[in-house]
Amino acid sequence: MTRDDIPSPSIFHPASSTDYLPVPQLQALQLMRIKETVALAYHHQQDGLLKMRMDERGIKPSDVKSLEDLRRLPFTVKTDLRDTYPYGLFTVPREEVVRIHASSGTTGKPIVVGYTQSDIDVWSDAMRRSMLACGLNEHDVIQVSYGYGLFTGGLGAHYGGEALGATVVPTSGGNTERQIMVMQDFGVTAICCTPSYFTHIAEKAADSGVDVRKTKLRVGVFGAEPWTESMRHRIQEDTGIRAFDIYGLSEIIGPGVAIECREQSGLHVFEDYFYPEIIDPETGEILPDGEEGELVLTTLVKRAMPMIRYRTRDITSIMTEPCPCGRTLRRIRRIGRRSDDMMIIRGVNVFPSQIESALMRIKGLSPHYQIIVTRESGLDQMEVQIEVTPELLGDRIRELEDLQKTISHAIYSTVGINAKVQLVEPKSIARSEGKAKRVIDKRGI
Amino acid sequence: MKLQQIAIFMENKPGHLRTICRTLADAGVNITTLSLADTQQYGILRLLTDDSAKAQKSLTDAGFVVNVTEVLAVEVDDSPGGLLRILDIIGENAINIEYMYAFSHHREHMAVMVFRFDNPDKAITCLQNNDIKVLPAIDILKGSW
Repeated sequence: MTRDDIPSPSIFHPASSTDYLPVPQLQALQLMRIKETVALAYHHQQDGLLKMRMDERGIKPSDVKSLEDLRRLPFTVKTDLRDTYPYGLFTVPREEVVRIHASSGTTGKPIVVGYTQSDIDVWSDAMRRSMLACGLNEHDVIQVSYGYGLFTGGLGAHYGGEALGATVVPTSGGNTERQIMVMQDFGVTAICCTPSYFTHIAEKAADSGVDVRKTKLRVGVFGAEPWTESMRHRIQEDTGIRAFDIYGLSEIIGPGVAIECREQSGLHVFEDYFYPEIIDPETGEILPDGEEGELVLTTLVKRAMPMIRYRTRDITSIMTEPCPCGRTLRRIRRIGRRSDDMMIIRGVNVFPSQIESALMRIKGLSPHYQIIVTRESGLDQMEVQIEVTPELLGDRIRELEDLQKTISHAIYSTVGINAKVQLVEPKSIARSEGKAKRVIDKRGI
Repeated sequence: MKLQQIAIFMENKPGHLRTICRTLADAGVNITTLSLADTQQYGILRLLTDDSAKAQKSLTDAGFVVNVTEVLAVEVDDSPGGLLRILDIIGENAINIEYMYAFSHHREHMAVMVFRFDNPDKAITCLQNNDIKVLPAIDILKGSW
């Protein structure tokens, strides 16, 4: 590094200095790494998928001479991982693979991903820097309540926490009473899990007379499912912790692809490891920074299973303004929508996150809700079930009817659809210990 | 003067009222009187009991949503025009009745009605100024009015 390349002392953090690389230097690093990754995948992918597609287009790895050239390369999609199950996209001999993870597919075979030791190190480093960005350090006690196993959440957070030098408590998911006991007794200061599981833990704690505000817990690193800004406010207000959004997917590496910093305004992509593009999901054309579209990611240093232009199905945009935190890594807006999640109700596109943000704007409303879509005599019906809380219950029917109207109006003004609002008893909506199931579509389509 | 009424949210499901009564019975709470307001989807059960704190705790522990409100138990002359007299006083003083229901037991010539007023304190003063008896909790519990 030359003298000019060193970030100013006010923002310089030695433990995460890559976060502050000057942009030209970052881009040079990205280009060098893209070239290496394309060459690796082109020559060594076991099923030769990338080579076949590049050859069809008459492109050679040496044709990638600038970051702009990346757009000439073919996309990789989720079905490619299924079609090459289990190891077809691996680029190293199986002997070099030290870890396998898999994501449970809703249909058929799971998606399998592999890591070399250096991939695990990169992932751990991305998670370490994620935790630093959330204000954690070696003094923290981090409870990892993501599931451990084939799912990347648990082990990803675990290795990151250890790389940070923090004390990691690997509770994994489930057994909520024990989670609360551990949180209190072990002096836990940070928790990693899905936001829906955290609301469940907080609820259960309150039920058993434990005030989360009186524990040492101060930070939540929440991900693995879309959640809204309003849900963040609800969690922060209810429990007094700071809730950060973390983004990742197994196909790329797992959690730690992008993270919010103290500004809680967009997620910094670890661009030295993962290169983001935003495309028009219909045409595949690249959209300029600031415009909303589908996030496409290319891994820059992964060895066992490099991904070239992987279509994530997540809808976001790259933010154009620099972040006040000083990181030069570009930010994506928090992902509220996946193109997979979209429900089409009476011809209108509705995302569960839109319903969530409408609900969470209403004061005192329970964070436990479910959307049920049915079709009655050819017409789609959306019912939103929400649990009644003591704060909302008066002693008069009129108050509950007013509440139903308020909720219904909030949903209508957000998505333009009349929803039937059903008030249900507390705990009657199934709690999740992992990814919440917010939508039940009974239409059979 | 004011009585603690327990309001419970109930989905319209078979056996629900039974569960509530079972919970209170197990907690040793006696129901003095009750009323149910219902819609197609759900209802609100309102209860007066001999121990509202215990009733609230046992029902909350059993997973019900419970709210406590203040109501008045007012003695009503059990003869033509008895209730009218109360309503006149309430009306003249611009107090609203949110809802009302009757007590299950009464003594000779006197019935007892439970009123939920928008302004219970003002109601107490007005009724007492007109020699209407507003029953204290202790009398209700002992059935000794």
